[in-house]
Amino acid sequence: MAAAPATTQPPARAWRETLPGKGHVGILALILTETSFFSIFVVAYVFYLGKSLTGPFPKDVLSPPIVNTICLLSSSVTVVLAIRALRGGSTRAFAVWWFITFALGVEFLIGTGLEWHHLIYHDGLTIGTNLFGTTYYSLVGLHALHVTIGLLLILLVLILTMCGYMSERYIEKTDVLSWYWHFVDAVWVVVFITVYVIGR
Amino acid sequence: MAGTIEREIPIGAVDDAQSLPVLGKLHEWVVTVDHKRLGIMYIGGGLFFFLIAGLQAALIRLQLAVPEAGIVPPQVFNRLMTMHGTAMVFLVGMPILTGFFNYLVPLMIGARDLAFPRLNAFGFWLWFFGAFLLYFSYIAGDGLYGAGSAPDVGWFAYAPLTELPFSRGNSTDYWILSILLTSVGSTATAINIITSAFCMRCEGMTLSKMPVLAWMAIVVSFMMLVALAPLSAAQVMLLLDRFLGAHFFDTQAGGSAILWQHFFWIFGHPEVYILVIPAFGFASEIIPVFSRKVIFGYHVMIAATCAIAFISMSVWAHHMFAVGMTPAGNSFFTASTMLVGVPTGIKIFNWLGTIWGGKIRFRVPMLFSLAFLFQFLIAGLTGIMLAVAPFDWQLTDTYFVVAHFHYILVGAIVFMIFAAIYYWFPKATGRMLSEKLGKWHFWLFLIGFHMTFDTMHFAGLQGMPRRIYTYQPGRGLDTFNFIESVGALIQGIAVLIFVINIVRSLISGEIAGDDPWDAWTLEWATTSPPPEYNFAEAPVVRSRRPLWDLKHPEDPDWKYE
Repeated sequence: MAAAPATTQPPARAWRETLPGKGHVGILALILTETSFFSIFVVAYVFYLGKSLTGPFPKDVLSPPIVNTICLLSSSVTVVLAIRALRGGSTRAFAVWWFITFALGVEFLIGTGLEWHHLIYHDGLTIGTNLFGTTYYSLVGLHALHVTIGLLLILLVLILTMCGYMSERYIEKTDVLSWYWHFVDAVWVVVFITVYVIGR
Repeated sequence: MAGTIEREIPIGAVDDAQSLPVLGKLHEWVVTVDHKRLGIMYIGGGLFFFLIAGLQAALIRLQLAVPEAGIVPPQVFNRLMTMHGTAMVFLVGMPILTGFFNYLVPLMIGARDLAFPRLNAFGFWLWFFGAFLLYFSYIAGDGLYGAGSAPDVGWFAYAPLTELPFSRGNSTDYWILSILLTSVGSTATAINIITSAFCMRCEGMTLSKMPVLAWMAIVVSFMMLVALAPLSAAQVMLLLDRFLGAHFFDTQAGGSAILWQHFFWIFGHPEVYILVIPAFGFASEIIPVFSRKVIFGYHVMIAATCAIAFISMSVWAHHMFAVGMTPAGNSFFTASTMLVGVPTGIKIFNWLGTIWGGKIRFRVPMLFSLAFLFQFLIAGLTGIMLAVAPFDWQLTDTYFVVAHFHYILVGAIVFMIFAAIYYWFPKATGRMLSEKLGKWHFWLFLIGFHMTFDTMHFAGLQGMPRRIYTYQPGRGLDTFNFIESVGALIQGIAVLIFVINIVRSLISGEIAGDDPWDAWTLEWATTSPPPEYNFAEAPVVRSRRPLWDLKHPEDPDWKYE
């Protein structure tokens, strides 16, 4: 604007650097709405604790998936290491840590699948059995859905990296994806405490 | 004066509009990611459904004009009532307001588009499909059971009424899926608005120099993120119940009959503020310009908006006093509801302070805004009355409640939507709306509105229940209902004049120029309509009224802010 004296105008680039990055603000907004979404399912779970009219009940059939939890939580560490490697300029180290993250996530999904298989075929618990089944499968399933979406995105980045497309240009975008992954892990902490600690 | 502006802000509006064939033009609109086109599509779509849902309201009033009318059978009446409510909230209010944000926020913050243009288009088409789905239920809602056509469960769709045994057919599924889709679309828009406002402001525009409307857009977007998700979650639960045999709202399996009510109103009450805060934003832009004064108490205005947003998340159960909560619950929700009145009152005084001593221009946008001030005040006062639990027990589910929320939804929100359309139509199309037709529209709508909704208060106090398809003669309700229906007819005529005004002005309206209102925010710095890139050169601002600084270099605002 011509009205302002030129000496007081900061350069446009300096101004733009004071503004936060679009990807990170966007993913934080998404995380906020997802948090609200999950909390309703958590509230429903807690609200219906002990309200099932028929068995099986949580304390009879649930055992804490310790290995699964360790895998998922450590994938949050490996994803940080991957991003750090990328920022350090080593695409190879990034690919290795990124692959480990993916593998840990897949292990978590497989573990959940086995747990469900046991619950369904051994204990006879389905989503329609009682209130426990209803709230358990929907809450844990909702989280597993988010893990699946995250894994698909991680896989996409992995494939693109294998094909040699990963470069410094995409650090911010990859970092945004890692924030989503941290969120998925944080949700698991809440789900774990709700379902396997408080709810048992 | 306008000449100097054109020289000093180089717009560089290159006339690159080629004359495309009709199909080519349509194709351009379908594939567009331009925030202005999407904004216009949102508003146009919203106005289209406003006419349809308005016609449904007219049918409701026709049926209730005289006792035992028999024009509309009870089942059809329930569908009309449900579709009117659902459509007015999700297919009219939400898209028109997000449409204005889409159109205005990037222009006001001096950006070239929203942060994620393709996400924006995605959100619009999701909304469009959801809206289509809701009305498609009239054809397809029968499902396999031959039961029901359109949804008839009320806009709140209380479970367990909406559970499979009580709502056969697919009409309820259409309601769930349609609203789920439009909510996801709104969420996408909300993420976009927040990101744009935080990351794309032009040079010099700190957060405390943003126009009030842009601030309100941020606050509303945050509310959408927090409040729409509970509805979506509850709808997912209902879908699981209906299709997978889950028991979330199944009382036979130990489920709760009021859990849905809590989840719905955790969404439902903030939703009222999601709809009304944009109206506050319009008022905060229009009232200063037509009073020729700076907005009074800018910072307090924004603080009050944030306070409203915050408090409104904790008042939901005042919709549920009649359910029978504990005394502690009743007291808490009475107190929190009354607390909302404080920041709301602050805002009303801010607008009055803006008008006070101003050089008021009584153009159509200002007329609608002044009516909004009065009506919003009355709506707030009846709101305080209903917040008192014992009073609510007496009047819950009566026309008093209907009158109260229509005072907000029509008297405040629809009036401000009209004001906003009269105010920004010249910017979006380059042509003015006719002032003469506009005044007819305003006065007829005002008279019709008060005939219908003032009278509803009295019918409610007389004990007329909501959601009934007819009533018996000689109960003291005949006159009230007849006046209400005549008022609805007058409102219908006013809306017809509005439609005629839009069509006529589009074809042969007066050419507006860049800045027809002598306003101060950045959208008036570019051409009308703005080029696809908004600003050829990124603007630099130093105060909250950049155009004032430009027009009055001898007395710029930034010396005082």
